Amino acid sequence: MSESGYADAQPRMGFFTDTSVCIGCKACEVACKEWNLVPAAGDASDMDLLGLSYDNTGDLGANSWRHVAFVEQQVPASRVDNLGMPAIGAPEQEDEAGVRWLMSSDVCKHCTHAACLDVCPTGALFRTEFDTVVVQPDICNGCGYCVPACPYGVIEKREEDGRAFKCTLCYDRIGDGLEPACAQACPTDSIQYGELDELRERAELRKQALHDDGVTEARLYGDDPDDGVGGDGAFFLLLDEPEAYGLPPDPVVTTRDLPAMWRRAGAAALGVAAAVVASFAGARR
Amino acid sequence: MTLAQAQHFVAPPHWTWYILFYFFVAGISGGSYLIATLFRLRGDRADEPAARLGYYVAFVALLPAPILLTLDLGKPLRFWHMMWNTTPGEPGLNFKYWSPMSVGVWALLLFGVFATVSFLESLVRDGKLGRPGGRGLDGVFGRVFITVGAILGLFIAGYTGVLLAVSNQPVWSDTWALGGLFLASGLSGSAAMLVLLQRARPAARASEGTLVRSERLYAVLELALIVIFVVTLIPDGTLGIVFGFPWLLLWLVAFAGLVPGIAGLLTSGLTVRGEPAAAHRQSGSGGTAVAAAERTSVMTSVAMPVLVLLGVLALRAAIIFSIQ
Repeated sequence: MSESGYADAQPRMGFFTDTSVCIGCKACEVACKEWNLVPAAGDASDMDLLGLSYDNTGDLGANSWRHVAFVEQQVPASRVDNLGMPAIGAPEQEDEAGVRWLMSSDVCKHCTHAACLDVCPTGALFRTEFDTVVVQPDICNGCGYCVPACPYGVIEKREEDGRAFKCTLCYDRIGDGLEPACAQACPTDSIQYGELDELRERAELRKQALHDDGVTEARLYGDDPDDGVGGDGAFFLLLDEPEAYGLPPDPVVTTRDLPAMWRRAGAAALGVAAAVVASFAGARR
Repeated sequence: MTLAQAQHFVAPPHWTWYILFYFFVAGISGGSYLIATLFRLRGDRADEPAARLGYYVAFVALLPAPILLTLDLGKPLRFWHMMWNTTPGEPGLNFKYWSPMSVGVWALLLFGVFATVSFLESLVRDGKLGRPGGRGLDGVFGRVFITVGAILGLFIAGYTGVLLAVSNQPVWSDTWALGGLFLASGLSGSAAMLVLLQRARPAARASEGTLVRSERLYAVLELALIVIFVVTLIPDGTLGIVFGFPWLLLWLVAFAGLVPGIAGLLTSGLTVRGEPAAAHRQSGSGGTAVAAAERTSVMTSVAMPVLVLLGVLALRAAIIFSIQ
């Protein structure tokens, strides 16, 4: 039996998102919304442009199950790739500041040890036979505990609905042998879907290839089965520190600390009991 | 939305006023049940009115709890999904000992049974149901019953802190003091509430000394836990979040709520002025107790308890609201 608890479990399926080839087209966002009928983000005020970045989705949430992060970074002009595009104006100076664009299609990580699933009191969140984590909308009662539990800030309550929503890794599609909508729509294969073991091997090779090409900042994120969440079912190849993409450097499944929390609350309870006994003993008859 | 907000690691739960008041009433209800039980277990007849008062408070404070929790749900009519798993093909009770909310739901339900029975029993003893002077749950069974109820009460008063800690929010998950802190402050608020309500039930004033004394000890415990809370936040650098403006104002109220207890301990230790002497208590003379209680001023029996209760509320508000 697999760790997911299924006697006849399928191989664990997941995403490998190779951000080094992401071009920021947002086809994944659109395909996801269309297939999963994810509504537009709330009222008109939510449609505002961020004004600080070309990233106008902002973050993952109930209405954004894929989020193409646009990260603009000030770097020396020498580090900016010259695409040979025609330009006007003075020739660029070598010491001029340039802008590097990092793009990354973020998604629910489908953690091995998923905090949202652990804390869910209704059983709405469950682990599928593909070892993915899915919310059942007909069970969820909108208690909201999964929201603060998620180390990545992925799952969120849809305010006008009341229930929590997030990426299902297209549970309805993969059960039929299709690939998830986002992966199918991705024109550069930045989003790759497949068996996790195979994806991890592929990712390692890709990282090596980039290192050999001199892109030494390339690194894998969420691929380590020994990290705080037991590794992610959806992991990434990044070109900078995770923080640059708004990803936590050291995510931890919240329930890891549970026994210690109970013990310490229990110790405080003993303290309360001692205080009570002392106050009662003060009036010894 | 700013870029900083857009690129945070974690999302806030949007638990606000309903949850604040639930945490408050849970602390008062559970704490009052515990105090009432200790009064009754001590077996001094002079304490019996205070014990009944405690059971009344435990029940009345608990009444809004399920309403507050249900209203806070995104789908309030599905509150029962907490208890019954409606996943097709897997019907059954929902109990996840590793989820503080799941454990809390069942503890609240069970505690509700104990609080209701003890409430009804107190009504019987007070002669409000049927003939006056009816007998309640005496003997070993009664003692075991209220002891189990008191343990559940302790749990209800404190588990909410553990629930917050088992999250990925800044502050909440950075400390292990919240469970104990809510427990100590809940007990402190319960003792204050009982002192306050004794004005409406003069016979219970015989126990005021014990309550005031325990209030002092809870205050010390709470202060110690606040220190632990602060110390545990330092390594994660989240002190500024929970103690920043305007939350600092709430903390000032919370600290003010500790003043009656701490000051009382510093000035008179564990002796309480105006407390009826032990010999008088033994005789069970209500008249003496009432006369003694009259010497305690409005200051100690109204202003101080109200201050403590405001502190209990402010402490929870600061912790709940500051991170969202």
